[in-house]
Amino acid sequence: MITKRIIPCLDIKNGRVVKGTNFQGLNDVSSPIELARLYSDNLADELVFYDITASFEGRQLFTDILTKVASEIFIPLTVGGGINTVDDFDRVLKCGADKVSVNSGAIKNPSLIKEAAHKYGDQCVVLSVDIKRVDGAFHVFAKGGREDTGIEAINWIKQGVANGAGEIVVNSIDTDGVKQGFDIEMLKLVCDAVNVPVIASGGAGNMQHFVDLFKQIPDIDAGLAASIFHFGEVAIPDLKRELKENNIIVRL
Amino acid sequence: MIAIVDYGVGNLFSLISSFKRIGADIVVTADPNVIEAADGIILPGVGAFEDAARKLHDTGLDKVVKAEAQKGKKLMGICLGMQMLFEKSFEYGCHEGLGLLKGNIIPMKDTIPNTLKIPHIGWNALHFTRKSDLFKYINQNDCVYFVHSFYATDCDDSVVATAEYGKELTAAVQKGNIMGCQFHPEKSGQVGLNILRAFCEME
Repeated sequence: MITKRIIPCLDIKNGRVVKGTNFQGLNDVSSPIELARLYSDNLADELVFYDITASFEGRQLFTDILTKVASEIFIPLTVGGGINTVDDFDRVLKCGADKVSVNSGAIKNPSLIKEAAHKYGDQCVVLSVDIKRVDGAFHVFAKGGREDTGIEAINWIKQGVANGAGEIVVNSIDTDGVKQGFDIEMLKLVCDAVNVPVIASGGAGNMQHFVDLFKQIPDIDAGLAASIFHFGEVAIPDLKRELKENNIIVRL
Repeated sequence: MIAIVDYGVGNLFSLISSFKRIGADIVVTADPNVIEAADGIILPGVGAFEDAARKLHDTGLDKVVKAEAQKGKKLMGICLGMQMLFEKSFEYGCHEGLGLLKGNIIPMKDTIPNTLKIPHIGWNALHFTRKSDLFKYINQNDCVYFVHSFYATDCDDSVVATAEYGKELTAAVQKGNIMGCQFHPEKSGQVGLNILRAFCEME
């Protein structure tokens, strides 16, 4: 049986791992290379490596750090942040990324997913979506959660999958950083809408939140979090054991 | 010296890094002389079967790899590289493989329950059906990382491990010096590195 994945997310700014609450008020946490190695040695199933400021300031990923991480870490690595063109895909794939995550870039250039999927395969293209409730509707937000695009999220995700996105990261801005649990309502809607892997992001505050996620949405493939792992509030081996005790299949 | 065949398919970054990590002596090459001089061959590959098979054929390396394997040199195909060891693939048409192993590559679509997502992507447990030196450091149910939408079937007796995804899918094969992993050892953490190490240690 395929296992449920636990994915630490490393938000990178100026070569360091950061994590804010509701995307603001960032705190420096640690070195990306040290943290990546720690996670890889401690049962993380995958790493997501985002340059969170790239789409806002047009900054390029620090590819030397990416290359170092990818040279030392032998688990799947997804890279996002500032991915606007197929050339950006090429750049990070050459540095050792396995999958490339697009967010604002896909909003600016709707053909990006299709072009990238055609060139590198669907499995390589991850559509990352920041979603927030606006007047009872789910809206896609751009630029690191700062800008309401007015786009309806479920349709946007369906369209992304039709264009070749092989995996979806759903980040709920409403629950992000609040540590009160994943956005089950929103995630269920996404899982029902598509037949590609869906990764839940935003809201994990303790181990029970992951148990709830996988119990309440059997179709969800992975849970992603940052600060609770970075600050040592939840150790991934402990989390995996807790999930196993709850009959959720994980890699141990 | 292990030769990683470079025929213009996929990204070899992780594979090269993995072999470096275990201290293996490797060369990434498209030179037939280097492949002939090597102690072992890695045939990588991601993407579409037809494209990869054509590229391998156009470089003339298909004949080199096949001849070396038939002479008894250890050869391991990884992911699409494993699929290419077989006779035929029915990925969008029907395409000839190297024919080093008996069997064909078929789509998961319509052959596994339609409630399952395709590709089969993520960590899954290996179920060993018989012993293989390639897995001498690996335990039953150790997990490895898969990304694929097609799989080998009618493999005769070459299957050494399967992974359950709606059915038992071919995960690894070996027939003498010819081996293949459907999963990515270079993305499977310490388990994967130990598989590559075992390959390097083989005679």
